Amino acid sequence: MNNISTPVRRLDAVEKTAGYTKYIADRDFGDLLYGKFLRSERPRARLVSVRKPALPDGYYIIDKDDIPGENAIHMLGADWPVFADDEVRFIGQSIALVVGPDRKVLEELVNQFEVRYEDLPAVLSLEDSMALKGGALHNDDNCYADYHLLKGDPDRAFEEADHIYEHTYETGPQEHVYMETQGFVGVWEDGKVHLHGSLQCPFYVRHAVTPVLGVKDDGVRVTQAPTGGAFGGKEHYPDIISTALAVAVDKLKKSIGIFYERGEDIVNSVKRHPSRITIKTALDKEGNITAMDFDSILDGGAFESCSCIVLQRTIFHATGVYDIPSTKLRGRALATNHIPFDAFRGFGAPQAIFALETHMDHLAEMAGVDPVAYKERYFMKKGSVTITNGKIHEEVKLPEILARAKEMSDYDRKAKEYGKGGNRGIGLSFFNHGGAFTGNGEKAIINAHVKVRKRADDVVEIYVSNVEMGQGLMTTFSKIAAQTLEIPIEKIEFIQPDTDIVPDSGPTVASRSIVIVGTLVGKASAKLKKQWVDGEEITVWQEYEEPDFVIPWNQDTFQGDAYPSYSWGVNVVEVEYDPVTFEVSIVGLWNVYDVGVPIDRMIVEGQIEGGLVQSLGWAYLEKMEFKEGRIQQRTMADYVIPTTLDVPAIENDFILNPYPEGAFGAKGAGEIVHNGGAPAFVSAVEMASGKRFDTIPLTPERIMEAGR
Amino acid sequence: MKKKIDFVLNGEKISMEIDPLKRLLDVLREDCSLTSVKEGCGEGECGACSVLLDGEIVNSCLIPVGTVEGAAVETVEGIRESENGKRIIDAFAEEGAVQCGFCTPGMMVGAEWILRKYENPTSDEIRTALSGNLCRCTGYDMIISAVEAAAKGGRK
Ligand code: FES
Ligand code: FES
Repeated sequence: MNNISTPVRRLDAVEKTAGYTKYIADRDFGDLLYGKFLRSERPRARLVSVRKPALPDGYYIIDKDDIPGENAIHMLGADWPVFADDEVRFIGQSIALVVGPDRKVLEELVNQFEVRYEDLPAVLSLEDSMALKGGALHNDDNCYADYHLLKGDPDRAFEEADHIYEHTYETGPQEHVYMETQGFVGVWEDGKVHLHGSLQCPFYVRHAVTPVLGVKDDGVRVTQAPTGGAFGGKEHYPDIISTALAVAVDKLKKSIGIFYERGEDIVNSVKRHPSRITIKTALDKEGNITAMDFDSILDGGAFESCSCIVLQRTIFHATGVYDIPSTKLRGRALATNHIPFDAFRGFGAPQAIFALETHMDHLAEMAGVDPVAYKERYFMKKGSVTITNGKIHEEVKLPEILARAKEMSDYDRKAKEYGKGGNRGIGLSFFNHGGAFTGNGEKAIINAHVKVRKRADDVVEIYVSNVEMGQGLMTTFSKIAAQTLEIPIEKIEFIQPDTDIVPDSGPTVASRSIVIVGTLVGKASAKLKKQWVDGEEITVWQEYEEPDFVIPWNQDTFQGDAYPSYSWGVNVVEVEYDPVTFEVSIVGLWNVYDVGVPIDRMIVEGQIEGGLVQSLGWAYLEKMEFKEGRIQQRTMADYVIPTTLDVPAIENDFILNPYPEGAFGAKGAGEIVHNGGAPAFVSAVEMASGKRFDTIPLTPERIMEAGR
Repeated sequence: MKKKIDFVLNGEKISMEIDPLKRLLDVLREDCSLTSVKEGCGEGECGACSVLLDGEIVNSCLIPVGTVEGAAVETVEGIRESENGKRIIDAFAEEGAVQCGFCTPGMMVGAEWILRKYENPTSDEIRTALSGNLCRCTGYDMIISAVEAAAKGGRK
């Protein structure tokens, strides 16, 4: 293994394919009781009374009165209660947990509760939220966040503009559909609660559970179980399950499992934030863009969760890969009585990029220019000023990325040949994604630590809190250590993340694992190499160090470098369109990325392809609607994700651009892959149909209804 | 109401007293400890619970165990040691077909079915055969390549 990008076999591939891997529901915990939630049936109501059913022997009800500590789930805020107290805020909110040995009996018991509600006027849309219908749900303005950004002199640019174009773009909610549903088991062990679960962030779970039990940090133990997909859906939602479960285990001192069925998971777990983004663009006499004004609104749902942080990423990606001379932005995350919206791969950036790219396509069309040629003029370069008045510090290789993407997809020829409305179309999107936590979060909030330990048998163990959830982390981290130490990868052991065993290297989110934690693993391995003595046990620690080139971040004014580095990409989507049925089929997919240096080409290509297909699902198949606050798609037959027949073969390539601060030159790659699929798809359908669109999912009904 | 059911599981005759309405999926997981068979949806939409029933691929979550009386049921546990099985596992590992792995045993059952049915499956045939097996991680392309490679007996 000389080149870090040369693929190795994933360390977990054989075990998983052959069915040996034990996910949480596959494990034998001995005598296990099960837990089932009683949930709110109303979007907004006062909880007048809860009449409990008579319980058979061996069955228990756990509710707010059983909580030894606080009835508040600590995420960023702590507004979401473990069990509803005197009011409910969304359909599906936990009111109580019924525990017992037989899952069928539990279901019957849940149905026997008599809950009396006094309905309150529910906030079922962004309009309702802005109108403060029924009184504010959050603060006095229903804003979880209301942010403003300013760059240059947009007011003047709009005053002097020759032409102004304004339009609004909307995106729908998206369900993660990790193939393994949410699952947790809690056991009473060594005088404390030990939680095993399918999760992304063991220390988030611990942080959520300890105040609820009223115990110190080490008063709860959290171990990650092999995780069957997550995509952000197991970032905060596990806090909801584990807090209630911990209360039950703490009270009953028994082993209890909570395993969601698919329908229960679709209807009750968090989703991607729906968005409504209005962009107003000022153009001068020559048709040049002089300024943009954004009004970016996310539906935050019934509790804050991490909506503010998601919104930050939305607004910091508002201008995507373009250097717009002057910009003005207002961003809001609004409280509603929908299910809380939360993390999903891309974390608010896909919504921003969809609005921006589609808007740019429309501007190009009005200018009578090919959209790619139009967009190229505004590419960021090294030294460009960002929307937060920070700087692009790296070489921006978009021209090379674009050239390669055109070559692979034959874009120029096809775009010319297909023309508008010829039932065949090709679309190309540009996008980027800032690596790791926003601003100084990596130092100020996380300050990751990793540990690398060489055993006496010369096997090297990696201790981090970042988890393998399908993205290949266990293999890439092992590869970084092996390559740095110049030992075979078989001599590396990745320790299963467990809060009693590993240091806190932060959550498995924000495309930070490789670029931040992988880099620390590399540094620790380099230290270990210097100290290496055969046959001796040696432990090395490494703490995060902030790169020294960044423009310092101000978290109050959002000024400075929002991210030290970005990954960049282009997606090309080719479609065929049936003007009679309004059905679209995807016939070609090409992707080119700058992710610095890919740590294992095949693993990163796996991210690229999987993320793209998820993004395409969001773009045209995955419809989720709310009616009176209730999710209408309740099964996988209703909520349709792409199958083998919805996507063709996919081709990928990389433009290398080593990032000096990243292990072996790597930058983040886990989330950028969801940013560009939707706008490229919509652009292709616009070409094929000759129509203009502004809303996804772009279903056949929407295509039919859209005017020219 | 229990009933005596006899069937052949991974080549071995077994006999059990069981509620004939219990889902084959649950019988395999709970009564036979065959946890390669996963529940992804419980409603016939995802293929994570795929098994071979008399050589045909079926969703075990839709099958009451009473209906498999006298039939042959095969799961990954019965396939993984065979020549085909080893080739499939090898190809999946080699071609990057595995990410979170939750869909993978079901995909492997699908691949086994394809290998038995086609000598030289085309990628279209593979896509059609696996269209009932959902994967949320990979975007499918590497799975298709893996099955092609397995059918060819090595890396393509
Ligand atoms: S669990 Fe049987 S098809 Fe999904
Ligand atoms: S590998 Fe995760 S669902 Fe297929």
